[in-house]
Amino acid sequence: MTALVALETVSKEFGGSPSLAARIARLLGERRPPATVRAVTAVDLAVAAGEVVGLVGESGCGKSTLARVVAGLYAPSAGRMLRGGRDFAALPAPERRAERLAVQMVFQDATAALNPRLTVLDSVGEAPVAHGLVRRQEKRDYVADLLARVSLGADAMGRYPHQFSGGQRARIGIARALAVRPRMLVLDESVAALDVSIQAQVLNLFLDLRRDLGLTYLFVSHDLGVIAHVATRVAVMYLGRIVEEAPAEALFSTPAHPYTISLLAQTPRLEPGRRRYRGLPGEPPSPLAPPSGCAFHPRCLHVIDRCRVERPEPRSLGDGRRVACHRDRADFF
Amino acid sequence: MTAPVLSVAGLSVGFTQRGREHLAVEGLDLAVARGEVVGLVGESGSGKSVTGLALMGLIEAPGRVASGEILFEGRDLAGLPESELRPLRGRRLAMIFQDPMTTLNPVLRVETQIVEAITAHERVSRRAARARAREALVRVGIPAPDARLAAYPHQLSGGMRQRVAIAIALLHRPALLIADEPTTALDVTIQAQILAEVQDLCAESGTALIWITHDLAVVSGLADRLLVMYAGRVVEAGPVADVIAAPLHPYSAGLIGSAPSRNRRGAPLAQIPGLAPALDRRPPGCAFAPRCDRARADCAAPPPLVRREPDRQALCRYPLEAALA
Repeated sequence: MTALVALETVSKEFGGSPSLAARIARLLGERRPPATVRAVTAVDLAVAAGEVVGLVGESGCGKSTLARVVAGLYAPSAGRMLRGGRDFAALPAPERRAERLAVQMVFQDATAALNPRLTVLDSVGEAPVAHGLVRRQEKRDYVADLLARVSLGADAMGRYPHQFSGGQRARIGIARALAVRPRMLVLDESVAALDVSIQAQVLNLFLDLRRDLGLTYLFVSHDLGVIAHVATRVAVMYLGRIVEEAPAEALFSTPAHPYTISLLAQTPRLEPGRRRYRGLPGEPPSPLAPPSGCAFHPRCLHVIDRCRVERPEPRSLGDGRRVACHRDRADFF
Repeated sequence: MTAPVLSVAGLSVGFTQRGREHLAVEGLDLAVARGEVVGLVGESGSGKSVTGLALMGLIEAPGRVASGEILFEGRDLAGLPESELRPLRGRRLAMIFQDPMTTLNPVLRVETQIVEAITAHERVSRRAARARAREALVRVGIPAPDARLAAYPHQLSGGMRQRVAIAIALLHRPALLIADEPTTALDVTIQAQILAEVQDLCAESGTALIWITHDLAVVSGLADRLLVMYAGRVVEAGPVADVIAAPLHPYSAGLIGSAPSRNRRGAPLAQIPGLAPALDRRPPGCAFAPRCDRARADCAAPPPLVRREPDRQALCRYPLEAALA
């Protein structure tokens, strides 16, 4: 089966075009290379229809950048983003537009994502009318249906974003994403800012929508508890690369990368009984100055000499599992 | 048991809005012993942060401590004038915030700020103060302390800044430390480092700790006792393991049940319907009743405080144990 979305050795760099001053400095013999940040490096990832792929990692690991590449909002600096097996960048314009609509994003901060001066009716209804999915005179009914799907009343239509609670705004953001009839949603920390009881409501909504509309999700989060609950497959990122990828069950029961193992060990669990916390040493490195060899080696508890000089390529462990580590899981326990 | 470091009785904090006073915290009782860790858990607007600020004497107009006493080392802080609070704050009582920039001055070097915090309460030479500043950074696990002392806050990562704030809070080995969501903005691996360090430091200096958070999971592994707040009131209190294993209040049960890790993967989460009432729209009687599946007509009257062994209480007419019996 062809994947809905596939990334082939995708990299994304920022800060490419130098300022005037930097260009003059180069003409005068400045030899330092211009500062570019590699947010994402050589990522392979495929999302098949019906999957919920969880993308986990800490701040600055590149997970949001990757999410935007998948949604077609960023063009990769290198590599290809495929939709249904075809290169997105090379699609003829009408098909590219259709593919853009097919994958929609839901952002963390619905307050920032919604135009404060537009009513919910316009925020949700504008895109489907503009793209010719719905006729203007049908807009109201269409929006009312969408709001019902996310458990909001039709009375919400005439109101503005600031008149809603955080949980309701999140629902409006979801309704807007659904308005152009996507096959897939990219959820970038979409429940991170919500209170626990509201977060549970919105997660349940995502699960319902997936069942009712047959949606596929790329679920980006720093919260392993949330990912463990919703994902069918999980990819773990560290400093721009995917270090481990596996079916959710396998990843949480037998993690293979030392970083995944530490993440799982250090996520607070809701269990009675006092625990000793033990931090992973150090901090995530800067993408401006990535460490040599394996980017995780300065913090790794199982580092060997080889890790300092040679970067581990992702290798298959069978059963759809891949890990980028020189060492064997068996050596860690 | 020894006398508690802090004992709060009937604390209410009000905020005046359009001429009417609304209580953000209502009738809060709380005791913390030396070396004890109390987790204060609640969602946005539950009054947990206001409680922390009130204990520090940091409530500003239009808010005020409307009633109650805050007994700390034998003195009632609630009635104390600012001039007597100041020598206590930072020395006997300290607080850390979610955003360390609440504590840190962006235009001063780390060293200047720590030295200032030392000399504010003690007469020591600048040299001795500098040595202590360095020592303080080492204690909270900051690598290359000399370089960090010379740095400005913006040159440090979020985790590093929070460590500096903790180092400052613990400078004078306070009797009580109030921590308001200090790890919420941090990554998991950094959060674990800070939790480990705070655990060690409080154990070694006997500092009592009040950890305010929305995250039950964090306090479940950290605290001795747990207080659950909802709409300004403590709705449940007890030893942390007992509360999590068998909550009495339906709200605590809902919070615990809605955590993804407590549910079967992919299955619908046990959710609490609706949302918490706004400060000026709290229903009379039990504020949780409109969202509660156990509520009956008489929940419109103020709920009773039920007590259970060991040392547990809940503010509920129909606590959950009835279902077990």
